[in-house]
Amino acid sequence: MAKVRFDGHTYECGAQQSVLDALTAHGAPIPSSCRQGVCQACLMQALCGQPPAQSQNNLKDTLKEQNYFLACSCYPESDLTVALPDQIKARAKATVRGVDVLNAEIVRVRLYCPLPLDYRAGQYINLFRDETLMRSYSLASVPGSDADLHLHVRRLPQGRVSGWIHEELRAGDEVDISAAMGGCFYVPGNDEQGLLLIGTGSGLAPLYGILRDALQRGHRGPIKLYHGSRSAQELYLVDELRELAARHGNFVYTPCVSGADVPPGFAPGRATSVALAGTPNLTGWRAYLCGHPDMVNASKKQAFLAGASMKDIYADPFVLSGA
Amino acid sequence: MSTTLYDKIGGEAAVNAAVDIFYRKVLADDRINRFFEGVDMEKQAAKQKAFLTVAFGGPNKYTGEDMRRGHAHLVAKGLNDSHFDAVMEHIGATLTELNVPGDLIAQAAAIAESTRNDVLGK
Repeated sequence: MAKVRFDGHTYECGAQQSVLDALTAHGAPIPSSCRQGVCQACLMQALCGQPPAQSQNNLKDTLKEQNYFLACSCYPESDLTVALPDQIKARAKATVRGVDVLNAEIVRVRLYCPLPLDYRAGQYINLFRDETLMRSYSLASVPGSDADLHLHVRRLPQGRVSGWIHEELRAGDEVDISAAMGGCFYVPGNDEQGLLLIGTGSGLAPLYGILRDALQRGHRGPIKLYHGSRSAQELYLVDELRELAARHGNFVYTPCVSGADVPPGFAPGRATSVALAGTPNLTGWRAYLCGHPDMVNASKKQAFLAGASMKDIYADPFVLSGA
Repeated sequence: MSTTLYDKIGGEAAVNAAVDIFYRKVLADDRINRFFEGVDMEKQAAKQKAFLTVAFGGPNKYTGEDMRRGHAHLVAKGLNDSHFDAVMEHIGATLTELNVPGDLIAQAAAIAESTRNDVLGK
């Protein structure tokens, strides 16, 4: 009989019993709805042990990679330690290595973690200003190739964390961060697939990580990155991205300017419109959409209507259904 | 052992193939897409999948009461027979696109039709 550990308690899971039934029979508060592997309300994560493949049916690849599973269709053959998606709150210490100006509004924060953080480029961490005040920032760095964690932080009007980062944070400061979270990252295994990356403002951060992760892992299909803003001055890492495009034949970078003044070398229009004009049929493509929530939601719909499968559309910030 | 409609249509693989096609038709249809505005697309797709599983005669635990409760806020926004008809059209067109034989489409349509009064709160 498999044992399931959850929230400090151990539960016996009978032969014909799902993890959901084993936990809820003893009063553990696990959300559920359809109880047949469809609604994903009972999404959990295995911290130790491998959930059976059946319990990961139809989950996104990025969730499968992180050992997420559906408790209602999980009949474990060996012991599991499990958690609800919002229970994972591990904290770590990091030291600021530097704060670099990327443009007038955005800085790059470089953080060194003495205990290496397990993460994928494109996931996000919470950065704490104090016990209760924190914000989520996406990881632009790639594990293994960048020694530090890289965050792109846009200064927001009256931003209590972004203002503090821009004005006060200095090399040598120690900060608290969370474990890496989120499902917006590159998944190897389908290296001929087309990748469409669309971001606005500091939404470039996860895309910059995902892009370099994909290239380093030898992705061979076309990769198209569209980074948009109102003016060319608000874009950043333009030279670095042009240089990457020059070195990789399958990578195309298109900086987009939606305002009136469009310098040579920049595409006029909003990033999503420019992207879909360039690739009107997204059947078989994978799309990563990052930036302002309104832009992300509108782009999600447009990418889907253009033929991308729902399972191939990744958006940041990542929202867990039913959580 | 008799084969169920769900098996004949192709089971879960058929539902997976159908859900993107079906949802794309629904979102592109100006008669009904306002009912889907502002909702999380992934949660919505999961619900569409559950609905198609029901229509295909697949395993489900949904009751008429679930259907009523789940659609009450849409009925309050004006959901009526014409909108239900539009969804029925899209189910038929989706299955046709997937080359499902006409008699099986008719059976699926009959099951979907049987939820009409609960969905519309009648």
